[in-house]
Amino acid sequence: MQIPVDGFMYPNEVELQWSVLIVLYPYLTGLVAGAFILASLERIFRVEAVKPTYRLALLTALAFLLVAPMPLQLHLGHPERSFEMYLTPHTTSAMAMFGFVYLWYLMGVLVLEIWLDFRKDIVLLSKSSTGLKKVIYKVLTLGSDNISPRALAIDDRVGYIITLIGIPSAFLLHGYVGFIFGSVKANPWWSTPLMPVVFLFSAMVSGIAMVMLLYMLLTWWRKQPIDMHCVDTIAQYLFYTFVIDFSLEMLDLIHRIYEADESFRSLDFMVHSRLYLSQIVIQIIMGTAVPLALLGITQVVHFSDYVRKRIYSTAGVLTMIGIFAMRWNVVIGGQLFSKSFLGYTTYKLDFVAREGLLPAIMLMILPFIFLWVLVKLLPPWGAHEHVSQAASAD
Amino acid sequence: MNITRRRLLYLLPAAAIAWEFVEAGTPELAPNYKLTDHWYGMLIDVTKCIGCGSCVRACQNENGVPDGYFRTWVERYHIENWDDESPNVDSPDGGKLGFPPSKYTGGKNFFVPKLCNHCADSPCTQVCPVGATFVSPDGVVLVDSKYCVGCRYCIQACPYGCRFINPKTETAEKCTLCYHRLTKGLTTACVENCPTGTRQLADLKNPNDPIHEFLKTHSVQVLKPHLATRSKTFYYGLDGSVR
Repeated sequence: MQIPVDGFMYPNEVELQWSVLIVLYPYLTGLVAGAFILASLERIFRVEAVKPTYRLALLTALAFLLVAPMPLQLHLGHPERSFEMYLTPHTTSAMAMFGFVYLWYLMGVLVLEIWLDFRKDIVLLSKSSTGLKKVIYKVLTLGSDNISPRALAIDDRVGYIITLIGIPSAFLLHGYVGFIFGSVKANPWWSTPLMPVVFLFSAMVSGIAMVMLLYMLLTWWRKQPIDMHCVDTIAQYLFYTFVIDFSLEMLDLIHRIYEADESFRSLDFMVHSRLYLSQIVIQIIMGTAVPLALLGITQVVHFSDYVRKRIYSTAGVLTMIGIFAMRWNVVIGGQLFSKSFLGYTTYKLDFVAREGLLPAIMLMILPFIFLWVLVKLLPPWGAHEHVSQAASAD
Repeated sequence: MNITRRRLLYLLPAAAIAWEFVEAGTPELAPNYKLTDHWYGMLIDVTKCIGCGSCVRACQNENGVPDGYFRTWVERYHIENWDDESPNVDSPDGGKLGFPPSKYTGGKNFFVPKLCNHCADSPCTQVCPVGATFVSPDGVVLVDSKYCVGCRYCIQACPYGCRFINPKTETAEKCTLCYHRLTKGLTTACVENCPTGTRQLADLKNPNDPIHEFLKTHSVQVLKPHLATRSKTFYYGLDGSVR
């Protein structure tokens, strides 16, 4: 099928190389980093108000982190060779470090922290449950069933240190994803030192928004009252982070417009044509300006809980869509124009194909399934309290 | 000689093996080829190119390049008056079958052959996560298709659009300067088939190569010099509008 082209593309450029799956990759890792940073607010910065979301944020980060490498793997021409990146990494390649950064973050930070944080619950559940569940919890204890106050104090101390290491690790995980794009000097749409910083802040925005939405949704699902102080605080952090993120993106934009280098005419045309809907309408107006205005207004006007819940939900959903559009505009937008700056190609998204819309949708649903399993296995809302009560009643 | 059925059966596989060499032009062996004695590049005299597409066809035949993908191609430029910023460029099917008559009259018109620039500081080799693409000691940027994972980062990193994914092998592919011929003392297929001598293979380490005299006496240019890739594809007579 002929791909529509305007102007002149180098003949090998007509077909896009990085598809919607590569859009998902920074989106998913961004959600991981954002969720973890929100969790660390409570742990390190002692923001007690967000405590109800602390464990949920950790489990969310894990669920999304488990899915994050899948779109990459699905995209590779030879996924069976991907292990070579561990065995013979090419040290000058930004991409070669992905496996190590990922593994470090998964095993060195997230899994360890979750295990330490849930260890007491796991031990109690291994005693109170029966059948297969008992076996699973028994395995998860890793043979350590000491939950004396002293042992738990050590867990807490080690967990604190891991979170302390985890914050720069989360920054590394997502800043590094930005660097993969930002360091491609051949592509002026990507090549900017601001890219890792913009990626990082947009990651925080999307992660915070998602945990806020999940907390509200799950609490409503469980028919429990939503802790409005907690949600207000999260919304406040979301607003501040979003302001920084938006400022950075605007700085990048203004810089490009003012410098107007050789690529400017080409990129400007692209923003006004092929990217108009996804960038101007969805990302900037619907996904940034509207949620910023909504969140901003809650900072100055006092609304009832009922109204605030709706404002936060709307702002959260729009933010998630806006950040996805941002990833789309970076990854897909960066391939729509020719490196000759003389033409534009088109991205055709298939539905049922290895890199089509269907696998992308499935990969977006998968983390929520993982999260559901994790929440079932390790209830973040203080299962240990129920277990303890049940145990003491016995 | 009587050819029996049995003898024919013996001969057929032998002929099939031999045919490959007949097709390759029975290259001379170069047993004394030493990688470190060479540093290859290419010289392109834009003023000589007539846009016939022989180079593109020769490359596709020699290297089995799939249709719709290009290790080399030819671009046709048309520039109205002084507007170097907005040239009209086309390259129908990479210029493989030459070009249809131009719809423009007047202005400045010329052809530009393109291929991998075999950069000494190549961005594509820098980004390859497994080191499947590399600069060989004789200065040719190559891809080990048995090692390439097909991540396509190199394609994104190449400023000149010289790489593609071979749909059969699912690995990155590009101009190799006909490496299989170079190491046997032959020149590239595109150079050999160019009827006007637009392309010349250059061995920058060989003091007797005419490239040295040419570079001394002519002004040459590389594509996108601001990207500092130390390209080794030198253009003579290159217009400022070419990117």
